[in-house]
Amino acid sequence: MELREYDLNMGPQHPSTHGVLRLKLAVDNEVVLGVEPVLGYLHRGMEKLWESLTFTQVVPLTDRLDYIASLSNNLGYCLAVEKLAGIEVPKRARYIRVVLAELQRLASHLAWVGFMANDIGAMSVLLYAFEAREHVLDIFEEYCGARLTVHGIRIGGAVRDLDAPLASRIRAVLEKIPERLEDVRALLDENRIWKERTVGVGRISAADAIDYGLTGPPLRASGVAWDMRKDLPYSSYDDFDFDVPLGANGDVYDRYLVRLEEICQSIRIVRQALEGLPEGDPRAKMPRVLKIAPGEVFHTIEAPKGVLGFTVRSNGSDKPERVKMKSPSFINLQALDHMCRGNLFSDVIGILGSLDIVLGEIDK
Amino acid sequence: MPEDRADRPELRKILAALAGRLGGAVLAGVVDGGELSVRLAKDGLAPALRFLKEEAGFNALEDIAAFDNLDAAGGGGPRFTVVYRLYRFPGALRTRVAVDVGEGERLASAVPLYRSADWAEREAFDMFGIRFEGHPDLRRIYMPDDFEGHPLRKDFPLAGRTGGA
Amino acid sequence: MSDGFEKAPFLLTRADAFITWAQKNSLWPFGSGLACCAIEMIATAAARYDIARFGMELFRASPRQADLFIVAGTVTLKMAPVLRRLWDQMPDPKWAMAMGNCAIGGGPFPTYSVLQGVDRIIPVDVYVAGCPPTPQGLIHGLMTLQEKIARSHPTKEILDPDARRQS
Repeated sequence: MELREYDLNMGPQHPSTHGVLRLKLAVDNEVVLGVEPVLGYLHRGMEKLWESLTFTQVVPLTDRLDYIASLSNNLGYCLAVEKLAGIEVPKRARYIRVVLAELQRLASHLAWVGFMANDIGAMSVLLYAFEAREHVLDIFEEYCGARLTVHGIRIGGAVRDLDAPLASRIRAVLEKIPERLEDVRALLDENRIWKERTVGVGRISAADAIDYGLTGPPLRASGVAWDMRKDLPYSSYDDFDFDVPLGANGDVYDRYLVRLEEICQSIRIVRQALEGLPEGDPRAKMPRVLKIAPGEVFHTIEAPKGVLGFTVRSNGSDKPERVKMKSPSFINLQALDHMCRGNLFSDVIGILGSLDIVLGEIDK
Repeated sequence: MPEDRADRPELRKILAALAGRLGGAVLAGVVDGGELSVRLAKDGLAPALRFLKEEAGFNALEDIAAFDNLDAAGGGGPRFTVVYRLYRFPGALRTRVAVDVGEGERLASAVPLYRSADWAEREAFDMFGIRFEGHPDLRRIYMPDDFEGHPLRKDFPLAGRTGGA
Repeated sequence: MSDGFEKAPFLLTRADAFITWAQKNSLWPFGSGLACCAIEMIATAAARYDIARFGMELFRASPRQADLFIVAGTVTLKMAPVLRRLWDQMPDPKWAMAMGNCAIGGGPFPTYSVLQGVDRIIPVDVYVAGCPPTPQGLIHGLMTLQEKIARSHPTKEILDPDARRQS
C-alpha cells in the first residue's frame, strides 16, 4: 500500500490552537506541505460595534481583543484617539501607563511561556508561569479591580493614580518574578527535549519576515531590530533605558529566548518608571462628552504580540466614523504556512505556539 | 499626546519623485512631520506601490484599511476609500496612500509586492465587498462562505439581517 | 421537585447519594475555551485556585471523555454548529455551564455574528456571570453545579432509561 499525502483538519476545537482557530493541514506522511488557517470562529463584529459607541465606550471593548494583554489594547486605542483629538497626556499619566503596559507585557509573556510549554508537554512550566503571573494580576486587581480585562488605561491617562503603597507592592512583585523565571529557564533552556522540539524548527529569514509583515518577538527572533518603543516612541518610552533582545536563527527556540529576555527588560523599565514617577495628574482633564472634529489618524504601539495599530476616523460627532485595528497576530499568522512547510506536522503546534497568537485579536 | 514627529525632509523628495513618475494620478500629497500622505487615482495605485517599495524603500505594508463613504458629508463621491499604510524599516518612515474606489470597481492587488497584503485584502473584500485584481485567492476570511452581505458597510445593520440570533 | 420519588425505596436513595457523590467530585471538564473566559478558566485550573481540589483538574480535549461542558467565551454563529456537535458527542450523564456573559446572553456583543447565549443551542445547567468571571466566581459556579448534581436522581435514569434527567 502506498502512503500518499492527505489533508488533516485541526480545530476549531483543539486544546493547542490558542483559541478557536481551524487549521487545514496538507501532509505527506509526517511532513507538512501546507497550512491554511480558517478564521472567523471568534469574529464578534467589534469594528462594526464600535461605530455605534462613543469614543469612551469603545475602550472597555478593546480589552476583549488581545485578552491576555488587555492594557496594551487600551493604550493603543487611547493614544490614537488622543492624537486625533489633540489631547495632551500629563507626564505622570504617561509614566503610569508605561508601568501598566510593561507589567502587562510581563504577564502576557508569562502566560505565553506557560501555554507554549504546556503544548509541547512541559506542564509544570504552565503552573509555575501562571503562579508568577498571578502576582501581577494581583497588582491589576488592586489598581482598578479587574484581573484580566483590566480597562485601566483611559482616554487622557490612567484610571487612577498610582500611590506609594501600590508602587512598593509592585517593586515587591518585581523581586519575585526573576526567581520564577530562573525556575522556568532551569527547566527549559538546556532541556534536551525542549531543544529538539524548538531549535531549527519553524525558521523564517529576516527578509521573509519583513515581507510577511511580521512584527514583535517573531520578527526580532529573526534578527530584525524593530521595536516601536524605540523607533517611534510613545508615552515617554524614550525616557527609559532598555535593550531590545534579538535572536539569530529565527526559529522557535529564539522566539522563546527573546520573550523571556523581554520579561527581564520589562522589569527594568518598570523599576525606572517607578523611580522617576513625576508629580502631576494621572489623567488629563476630559470633556464630559468627547466630540472630535473630522480627521483620521493611525497610531502604533509595541504590544506584547507585535505592533498593534489603530486607525481612527472621526466625523465631528462623539462616535467614531471608523476604527480599524491593525492586529499583530492576524498578520503574524499569515506566515504560519511559510514557517511550517517542510517541518513535521507535530511541529505545527510548536510553531503556532511560538507566534503567540490570540484569536480575539485575529478575528476581532 | 500627539507626539511631534521630527520633520523628515526625505519624504518631500519621495513625494516629488512620485508625482514626477505618476503625473496626474497623484491627486494630492502632503508631508506632515514624519508622515507622507498621498491620494491617488485608482490606476495609479499599482505603479505607486511599486515605486514606494522598490525605489523609496518602504519595505513593510503595515495595514490596509477600507472605509465606506456612504454617510460622509457631501455624499455622492466614490463609495469606498482604501488606505494603505507603508513603513520603511529601518528609519521609521511612514507613508499613507489613499485611493477611492466605487461600487463594483476593482483595485489592483498589492499581494505581488507585499505578501502581508493577502489577508488584509480578503478582509476588505469580506467586510466591504471591494475586489482586488490579481489577488491569488480572494474569498471571505471571517464570515462563512455562504454569508450574504458585507457587514462593515454603513447600510448593513449591526444585528445582522437574519432576524437576530 | 421529584414527585413520587420520596416514596422510593431506601436502597435507591442510598445508591443515588453514592452515585451523585462520585459524579460531583470527579467532574471532567471539556473546556471549550472560546475567548477571554478561557484564560480565567485556565487560571482556575492553575496553582493558585487549584481546581484539582474539586477533582476537576483533568480537562479533556475530547468531548467523548468529558462530562462537564464549560462554554467559556463568546459563541459566534460560525462556531455554534461546532459546539452543538461537540455537545452531542458527549455521553450521558453530562452537564453544561455557561461561563461568562457572552455564553449566557451574548455579552457586550449584540452583533451580526454572535449567538446571543449558548442556551439557544444546548441546555445549560449553571450560569456563571462575569466578564470574565473571576476564578472565585467560577469555583462558586462549580460548587453550585455540585449541589445540583447532589439533588439529582441517577438511579431513576438507570432503572428507566427513557426518563429525562431530573434536576
